[in-house]
Amino acid sequence: MDRDSREEINTATKHQSWFREGAMASWPICFGYIPIGLALGVLANQAEIPVWAVTMMSIMVFAGSAQFICVAMLAAGASIWSIILTTFVVNLRHFLMSSAIAVHLSSLHRLFLSCFAYGITDESFAVNMTHFREGNWDHRRAITVNQLANFAWVASTTIGALVGQLIPTGAFGTGYALTAMFLALLLFQLHDAVYILTGLLATGIAVAWYLFIPGDSYIIGASVSAATLGYFFKRCREKRR
Amino acid sequence: MNFLDYLFLFGGMGLATYLPRWLPLFYLANRNLPKWLVDWLSLIPVAILCALLAPILFTNQTARTLELGKPEFIVAIPTLIFAVKTKSLGGTVLVGMGLYWLWGLLF
Repeated sequence: MDRDSREEINTATKHQSWFREGAMASWPICFGYIPIGLALGVLANQAEIPVWAVTMMSIMVFAGSAQFICVAMLAAGASIWSIILTTFVVNLRHFLMSSAIAVHLSSLHRLFLSCFAYGITDESFAVNMTHFREGNWDHRRAITVNQLANFAWVASTTIGALVGQLIPTGAFGTGYALTAMFLALLLFQLHDAVYILTGLLATGIAVAWYLFIPGDSYIIGASVSAATLGYFFKRCREKRR
Repeated sequence: MNFLDYLFLFGGMGLATYLPRWLPLFYLANRNLPKWLVDWLSLIPVAILCALLAPILFTNQTARTLELGKPEFIVAIPTLIFAVKTKSLGGTVLVGMGLYWLWGLLF
């Protein structure tokens, strides 16, 4: 067999297996989304958000933590604008992820990029970046990961909202699901001393802000000021070296 | 809230989520962000998560006063240890819920 035809066969098998490989890479995400999605659905139900609205939110927003915050804020009677603004700040981190993954998606059609952007989450970003760095990964495998995770999210939040009608408020520790998820996500973020300091600052500022200033501006206020202080700490430390 | 209220809310949230996902991919495909912005943005997730957790763990949210040693805080300790050991998001959620539920049954 000459080199050209062998390469052709290799490309052909590559094309056939892109969906399977994408699915294999995405199942841990999907599996992880199920309990969180169910918990969100149950919480939404307890906050008296109808099932159709939960499905609608999962399709239109597709952002786990922002959706939890939205449910919590709706339950606390927050205004629509403050929820949208909080969502924006919470999801600003995707800006960084989108910039980082863009390097691996150059010379693709802009329509594809616009569709791909919808599926960028903390989890799909982490999985796709790991595979892109290892090589043998492409845009079709990557968007398969995004969209299967999206499907698992929409399905599990909807099921959670349906099942939630059968579960009394706060049963089985559902009231703690959000807190536990934030704790785990926080832990995965603590890469070095700068992150730990930023976290401590944010905690202190948020408590003080929460106690003295009414409303829910403490989320944006504490996170933006702690990140800024943390950034200056990092710069001072780098200059001293 | 009626259908239109939800449509407006989720439309706004969707746009606020989609734009940061879309803009860099669409326009900055091969350009680099300024380093200060990358550094600052990388601290945002930690800061937000702590800002969200702080009142839950350290305050009484009905009276809006300081409250140390809440069950939420005590349960957070074994939950965090589980997260350190397993690195599992789904598992940590289930363990946290289970422990919080147990705490409610016992005390």
